[in-house]
Amino acid sequence: MANQMQLYEVFVRSRRGLDHKHVGSLHADDPAQALEYARDVYTRRGEGVSIWVVASRDITASQESDCESFYDPLDDKPYRHAAMYDLPEGVDSL
Amino acid sequence: MKPDDAIARYAVRLGDDALILGHRLSEWMSHAPFLEEDIALGNVALDFIGRARLFYQYAAQRIGGECTEDSLAYTRDVRDFSNLLLCELPRGDFAFTICRQFLYDAYSLPFTEALSQSVDPQLAAIGAKAVKESRYHFRRSRDWVLRLGDGTEESHQRCQRALDELWIYTGELFETDSLVQDLVARGIAVDAAAMASTWHETVAETLQEATLVVPAGEVNVIGGRSGIHTDDLGFLLAELQFMQRAYPGLQW
Repeated sequence: MANQMQLYEVFVRSRRGLDHKHVGSLHADDPAQALEYARDVYTRRGEGVSIWVVASRDITASQESDCESFYDPLDDKPYRHAAMYDLPEGVDSL
Repeated sequence: MKPDDAIARYAVRLGDDALILGHRLSEWMSHAPFLEEDIALGNVALDFIGRARLFYQYAAQRIGGECTEDSLAYTRDVRDFSNLLLCELPRGDFAFTICRQFLYDAYSLPFTEALSQSVDPQLAAIGAKAVKESRYHFRRSRDWVLRLGDGTEESHQRCQRALDELWIYTGELFETDSLVQDLVARGIAVDAAAMASTWHETVAETLQEATLVVPAGEVNVIGGRSGIHTDDLGFLLAELQFMQRAYPGLQW
Protein backbone atom coordinates (compact mmCIF):
# COMPACT_ATOMS: atom_id res chain seq x y z
CA MET A 1 0.00 0.00 0.00
CA ALA A 2 2.75 2.41 1.00
CA ASN A 3 4.22 1.95 -2.47
CA GLN A 4 1.26 3.61 -4.15
CA MET A 5 1.26 6.52 -1.75
CA GLN A 6 2.61 9.98 -2.36
CA LEU A 7 5.26 11.74 -0.35
CA TYR A 8 4.23 14.99 1.34
CA GLU A 9 6.32 17.64 3.06
CA VAL A 10 4.94 18.90 6.35
CA PHE A 11 5.17 22.47 7.62
CA VAL A 12 4.02 23.38 11.12
CA ARG A 13 3.41 26.80 12.63
CA SER A 14 4.24 26.47 16.29
CA ARG A 15 2.63 29.69 17.50
CA ARG A 16 0.52 32.45 16.04
CA GLY A 17 2.72 35.09 14.49
CA LEU A 18 5.53 32.68 13.62
CA ASP A 19 6.23 31.18 10.21
CA HIS A 20 5.41 27.65 9.18
CA LYS A 21 8.59 25.57 9.48
CA HIS A 22 9.45 22.41 7.64
CA VAL A 23 9.34 19.53 10.13
CA GLY A 24 9.56 16.44 7.95
CA SER A 25 7.69 14.34 5.46
CA LEU A 26 5.21 11.48 5.36
CA HIS A 27 3.31 9.18 3.01
CA ALA A 28 -0.39 9.58 2.35
CA ASP A 29 -2.99 8.77 -0.24
CA ASP A 30 -4.11 12.35 -0.87
CA PRO A 31 -3.69 15.84 0.65
CA ALA A 32 -6.59 15.44 3.08
CA GLN A 33 -5.13 12.27 4.51
CA ALA A 34 -1.67 13.84 4.59
CA LEU A 35 -3.05 16.64 6.76
CA GLU A 36 -4.52 14.15 9.24
CA TYR A 37 -1.32 12.14 9.40
CA ALA A 38 0.68 15.33 9.83
CA ARG A 39 -1.49 16.07 12.83
CA ASP A 40 -0.94 12.56 14.19
CA VAL A 41 2.75 12.26 13.46
CA TYR A 42 4.13 15.78 13.95
CA THR A 43 1.90 17.53 16.50
CA ARG A 44 1.56 14.83 19.17
CA ARG A 45 3.18 17.00 21.82
CA GLY A 46 1.25 20.15 21.03
CA GLU A 47 3.84 21.49 18.62
CA GLY A 48 1.50 23.40 16.35
CA VAL A 49 -1.45 25.66 15.73
CA SER A 50 -1.45 25.30 11.95
CA ILE A 51 -0.23 22.73 9.44
CA TRP A 52 0.58 22.91 5.74
CA VAL A 53 1.19 19.83 3.65
CA VAL A 54 2.66 20.02 0.16
CA ALA A 55 3.16 17.16 -2.27
CA SER A 56 6.93 16.72 -2.44
CA ARG A 57 6.79 16.39 -6.21
CA ASP A 58 5.32 19.90 -6.43
CA ILE A 59 8.42 21.42 -4.88
CA THR A 60 11.01 22.71 -7.32
CA ALA A 61 14.35 22.58 -5.58
CA SER A 62 17.75 24.02 -6.44
CA GLN A 63 20.48 21.48 -7.11
CA GLU A 64 23.96 21.07 -5.69
CA SER A 65 25.28 21.79 -9.17
CA ASP A 66 23.56 25.21 -9.08
CA CYS A 67 25.65 26.38 -6.13
CA GLU A 68 28.51 27.82 -8.14
CA SER A 69 26.34 29.98 -10.37
CA PHE A 70 23.72 30.78 -7.74
CA TYR A 71 25.75 31.74 -4.70
CA ASP A 72 29.42 32.30 -5.48
CA PRO A 73 28.80 35.62 -7.31
CA LEU A 74 27.45 37.05 -4.03
CA ASP A 75 30.71 36.53 -2.15
CA ASP A 76 32.26 39.85 -3.28
CA LYS A 77 29.24 42.11 -2.66
CA PRO A 78 29.55 43.00 1.02
CA TYR A 79 27.72 46.30 0.37
CA ARG A 80 24.50 44.31 0.22
CA HIS A 81 24.75 43.67 3.94
CA ALA A 82 23.52 46.32 6.31
CA ALA A 83 26.60 45.73 8.47
CA MET A 84 28.33 48.88 7.12
CA TYR A 85 25.83 51.28 8.68
CA ASP A 86 26.37 53.00 12.01
CA LEU A 87 23.33 52.19 14.06
CA PRO A 88 21.39 55.18 15.38
CA GLU A 89 21.16 55.42 19.11
CA GLY A 90 18.51 53.14 20.61
CA VAL A 91 18.58 50.67 17.73
CA ASP A 92 20.08 47.36 18.78
CA SER A 93 19.98 45.54 15.52
CA LEU A 94 19.07 46.19 11.94
CA MET B 1 -17.50 -5.84 42.41
CA LYS B 2 -20.73 -3.94 42.07
CA PRO B 3 -20.56 -0.58 43.78
CA ASP B 4 -23.80 0.65 45.33
CA ASP B 5 -23.25 4.14 44.05
CA ALA B 6 -25.15 4.45 40.76
CA ILE B 7 -22.94 7.19 39.35
CA ALA B 8 -19.84 5.14 40.12
CA ARG B 9 -21.30 2.14 38.31
CA TYR B 10 -22.15 4.32 35.36
CA ALA B 11 -18.64 5.79 35.30
CA VAL B 12 -17.14 2.28 35.47
CA ARG B 13 -19.25 1.28 32.44
CA LEU B 14 -18.00 4.18 30.41
CA GLY B 15 -14.47 3.56 31.63
CA ASP B 16 -14.75 -0.10 30.61
CA ASP B 17 -15.87 0.85 27.09
CA ALA B 18 -12.88 3.15 26.75
CA LEU B 19 -10.30 0.79 28.27
CA ILE B 20 -11.32 -2.27 26.26
CA LEU B 21 -11.65 -0.44 22.95
CA GLY B 22 -8.39 1.40 23.62
CA HIS B 23 -6.66 -1.91 24.30
CA ARG B 24 -7.98 -3.42 21.08
CA LEU B 25 -6.63 -0.42 19.16
CA SER B 26 -3.30 -0.66 20.94
CA GLU B 27 -2.91 -4.20 19.61
CA TRP B 28 -2.16 -2.62 16.24
CA MET B 29 1.04 -1.03 17.49
CA SER B 30 3.83 -2.05 15.11
CA HIS B 31 1.30 -4.12 13.10
CA ALA B 32 -0.54 -1.33 11.26
CA PRO B 33 -0.41 -1.28 7.44
CA PHE B 34 2.18 1.51 7.38
CA LEU B 35 4.09 3.80 9.71
CA GLU B 36 1.82 6.85 9.63
CA GLU B 37 -1.28 4.77 10.34
CA ASP B 38 0.55 2.98 13.13
CA ILE B 39 1.14 6.26 14.91
CA ALA B 40 -2.36 7.53 14.18
CA LEU B 41 -3.98 4.37 15.61
CA GLY B 42 -1.73 4.65 18.64
CA ASN B 43 -2.91 8.20 19.23
CA VAL B 44 -6.54 7.11 19.14
CA ALA B 45 -5.78 4.18 21.47
CA LEU B 46 -4.16 6.57 23.93
CA ASP B 47 -7.15 8.91 23.78
CA PHE B 48 -9.35 6.02 24.90
CA ILE B 49 -6.96 4.82 27.61
CA GLY B 50 -6.83 8.39 28.90
CA ARG B 51 -10.60 8.56 28.86
CA ALA B 52 -10.79 5.27 30.79
CA ARG B 53 -8.49 6.71 33.46
CA LEU B 54 -10.72 9.75 33.95
CA PHE B 55 -13.85 7.63 34.36
CA TYR B 56 -12.10 5.15 36.68
CA GLN B 57 -10.55 7.89 38.80
CA TYR B 58 -13.96 9.44 39.29
CA ALA B 59 -15.56 6.06 40.07
CA ALA B 60 -12.76 5.19 42.51
CA GLN B 61 -13.18 8.52 44.24
CA ARG B 62 -16.90 7.85 44.74
CA ILE B 63 -16.40 4.23 45.80
CA GLY B 64 -13.65 5.15 48.26
CA GLY B 65 -11.70 2.69 50.38
CA GLU B 66 -8.98 0.74 48.60
CA CYS B 67 -10.47 1.31 45.18
CA THR B 68 -8.22 3.04 42.63
CA GLU B 69 -8.20 3.45 38.87
CA ASP B 70 -5.65 0.62 38.77
CA SER B 71 -7.69 -1.78 40.87
CA LEU B 72 -10.64 -1.17 38.55
CA ALA B 73 -8.56 -1.82 35.44
CA TYR B 74 -6.34 -4.65 36.66
CA THR B 75 -8.04 -6.67 39.36
CA ARG B 76 -11.59 -7.23 38.18
CA ASP B 77 -12.55 -10.37 36.33
CA VAL B 78 -14.62 -10.75 33.17
CA ARG B 79 -18.01 -10.78 34.89
CA ASP B 80 -17.28 -7.45 36.56
CA PHE B 81 -16.53 -5.69 33.29
CA SER B 82 -19.53 -3.88 31.87
CA ASN B 83 -18.28 -2.69 28.49
CA LEU B 84 -20.25 -2.96 25.26
CA LEU B 85 -19.59 -6.21 23.41
CA LEU B 86 -18.75 -4.19 20.31
CA CYS B 87 -15.65 -2.87 22.07
CA GLU B 88 -14.22 -6.28 23.00
CA LEU B 89 -14.47 -8.10 19.66
CA PRO B 90 -11.01 -9.11 18.38
CA ARG B 91 -9.41 -6.52 16.16
CA GLY B 92 -9.79 -8.65 13.02
CA ASP B 93 -8.27 -7.23 9.85
CA PHE B 94 -7.76 -3.53 9.24
CA ALA B 95 -11.20 -3.18 7.64
CA PHE B 96 -12.82 -4.74 10.71
CA THR B 97 -10.98 -2.39 13.06
CA ILE B 98 -11.90 0.63 10.95
CA CYS B 99 -15.57 -0.36 10.60
CA ARG B 100 -15.91 -1.07 14.31
CA GLN B 101 -14.26 2.26 15.05
CA PHE B 102 -16.54 4.09 12.66
CA LEU B 103 -19.68 2.55 14.17
CA TYR B 104 -18.40 3.42 17.64
CA ASP B 105 -17.21 6.94 16.80
CA ALA B 106 -20.56 7.76 15.18
CA TYR B 107 -22.02 6.83 18.57
CA SER B 108 -19.32 8.31 20.77
CA LEU B 109 -19.44 11.79 19.23
CA PRO B 110 -23.10 12.56 20.08
CA PHE B 111 -22.70 10.59 23.32
CA THR B 112 -19.81 12.70 24.61
CA GLU B 113 -21.56 15.87 23.42
CA ALA B 114 -24.56 14.89 25.52
CA LEU B 115 -22.40 13.82 28.46
CA SER B 116 -20.80 17.28 28.51
CA GLN B 117 -24.29 18.57 29.40
CA SER B 118 -24.66 16.25 32.40
CA VAL B 119 -25.69 17.88 35.68
CA ASP B 120 -22.87 15.91 37.30
CA PRO B 121 -19.96 18.34 36.95
CA GLN B 122 -17.26 15.64 36.81
CA LEU B 123 -19.00 13.60 34.10
CA ALA B 124 -19.68 16.83 32.21
CA ALA B 125 -16.00 17.76 32.37
CA ILE B 126 -14.90 14.34 31.09
CA GLY B 127 -17.49 14.61 28.31
CA ALA B 128 -16.25 18.05 27.33
CA LYS B 129 -12.69 16.77 27.03
CA ALA B 130 -13.71 13.60 25.21
CA VAL B 131 -15.91 15.30 22.64
CA LYS B 132 -12.91 17.03 21.06
CA GLU B 133 -11.15 13.71 20.67
CA SER B 134 -14.27 12.02 19.33
CA ARG B 135 -14.72 14.68 16.71
CA TYR B 136 -11.29 13.83 15.31
CA HIS B 137 -11.80 10.07 15.70
CA PHE B 138 -15.02 10.27 13.75
CA ARG B 139 -13.44 12.31 10.99
CA ARG B 140 -10.65 9.77 10.70
CA SER B 141 -12.71 6.58 10.78
CA ARG B 142 -15.34 8.03 8.45
CA ASP B 143 -12.60 8.99 6.03
CA TRP B 144 -11.20 5.46 6.12
CA VAL B 145 -14.62 3.87 5.58
CA LEU B 146 -15.00 5.99 2.45
CA ARG B 147 -11.53 5.01 1.23
CA LEU B 148 -11.94 1.30 1.85
CA GLY B 149 -15.59 1.00 0.86
CA ASP B 150 -15.09 2.92 -2.34
CA GLY B 151 -11.57 1.58 -2.84
CA THR B 152 -10.54 -1.69 -4.44
CA GLU B 153 -12.78 -4.70 -4.83
CA GLU B 154 -10.95 -6.42 -2.00
CA SER B 155 -11.16 -3.49 0.42
CA HIS B 156 -14.85 -3.11 -0.39
CA GLN B 157 -15.54 -6.79 0.30
CA ARG B 158 -13.57 -6.80 3.53
CA CYS B 159 -15.47 -3.73 4.72
CA GLN B 160 -18.84 -5.16 3.88
CA ARG B 161 -17.97 -8.44 5.59
CA ALA B 162 -16.83 -6.55 8.69
CA LEU B 163 -20.02 -4.50 8.82
CA ASP B 164 -22.15 -7.60 8.42
CA GLU B 165 -20.31 -9.24 11.34
CA LEU B 166 -20.44 -6.16 13.54
CA TRP B 167 -24.03 -5.21 12.92
CA ILE B 168 -25.62 -7.62 15.37
CA TYR B 169 -23.75 -5.92 18.23
CA THR B 170 -24.93 -2.39 17.45
CA GLY B 171 -28.30 -2.66 19.19
CA GLU B 172 -26.51 -2.77 22.52
CA LEU B 173 -25.23 0.77 22.03
CA PHE B 174 -28.74 2.07 22.64
CA GLU B 175 -29.88 -0.38 25.33
CA THR B 176 -30.88 1.14 28.63
CA ASP B 177 -31.44 -0.63 31.92
CA SER B 178 -32.87 0.63 35.19
CA LEU B 179 -29.50 2.08 36.27
CA VAL B 180 -29.28 4.29 33.19
CA GLN B 181 -32.99 5.16 33.18
CA ASP B 182 -32.74 6.40 36.74
CA LEU B 183 -29.63 8.48 35.99
CA VAL B 184 -31.17 9.85 32.78
CA ALA B 185 -34.21 10.97 34.77
CA ARG B 186 -31.87 12.86 37.11
CA GLY B 187 -30.07 14.52 34.20
CA ILE B 188 -26.82 12.69 34.94
CA ALA B 189 -26.55 9.97 32.29
CA VAL B 190 -26.87 10.22 28.53
CA ASP B 191 -30.14 8.99 27.06
CA ALA B 192 -28.48 6.72 24.52
CA ALA B 193 -31.78 5.26 23.33
CA ALA B 194 -32.75 8.69 22.04
CA MET B 195 -29.59 8.80 19.89
CA ALA B 196 -30.41 5.69 17.88
CA SER B 197 -32.15 7.29 14.91
CA THR B 198 -29.50 9.99 14.48
CA TRP B 199 -26.78 7.36 14.68
CA HIS B 200 -28.56 5.28 12.09
CA GLU B 201 -28.83 8.24 9.73
CA THR B 202 -25.16 9.13 10.13
CA VAL B 203 -24.05 5.57 9.52
CA ALA B 204 -26.39 5.02 6.56
CA GLU B 205 -25.26 8.26 4.93
CA THR B 206 -21.58 7.39 5.15
CA LEU B 207 -22.03 3.78 4.08
CA GLN B 208 -24.02 4.86 1.06
CA GLU B 209 -21.30 7.32 0.09
CA ALA B 210 -18.78 4.49 0.54
CA THR B 211 -20.88 2.25 -1.79
CA LEU B 212 -21.46 -0.11 1.14
CA VAL B 213 -24.77 -1.64 2.14
CA VAL B 214 -26.31 -1.06 5.55
CA PRO B 215 -26.70 -4.57 6.98
CA ALA B 216 -30.29 -5.60 7.51
CA GLY B 217 -29.90 -8.33 10.12
CA GLU B 218 -30.90 -8.48 13.77
CA VAL B 219 -29.16 -6.22 16.28
CA ASN B 220 -30.15 -8.08 19.41
CA VAL B 221 -26.93 -9.41 20.94
CA ILE B 222 -26.54 -7.79 24.35
CA GLY B 223 -25.00 -8.71 27.67
CA GLY B 224 -21.90 -6.60 28.12
CA ARG B 225 -23.54 -4.16 30.53
CA SER B 226 -24.50 -7.01 32.86
CA GLY B 227 -21.16 -8.80 32.62
CA ILE B 228 -22.11 -11.46 30.06
CA HIS B 229 -19.23 -11.31 27.59
CA THR B 230 -17.73 -13.12 24.64
CA ASP B 231 -14.82 -15.50 25.25
CA ASP B 232 -12.56 -12.94 23.71
CA LEU B 233 -12.72 -10.59 26.67
CA GLY B 234 -11.09 -13.21 28.90
CA PHE B 235 -8.09 -13.43 26.60
CA LEU B 236 -7.89 -9.66 26.35
CA LEU B 237 -7.88 -9.30 30.15
CA ALA B 238 -5.30 -12.07 30.50
CA GLU B 239 -2.90 -9.93 28.51
CA LEU B 240 -3.98 -6.56 29.89
CA GLN B 241 -3.85 -7.68 33.53
CA PHE B 242 -0.94 -10.14 33.44
CA MET B 243 1.64 -7.96 35.18
CA GLN B 244 -0.57 -6.90 38.06
CA ARG B 245 -1.87 -10.43 38.49
CA ALA B 246 1.59 -12.02 38.52
CA TYR B 247 3.26 -9.23 40.50
CA PRO B 248 0.55 -7.54 42.59
CA GLY B 249 1.25 -3.90 43.32
CA LEU B 250 4.14 -3.78 40.87
CA GLN B 251 5.19 -0.25 39.93
CA TRP B 252 7.69 1.22 37.52
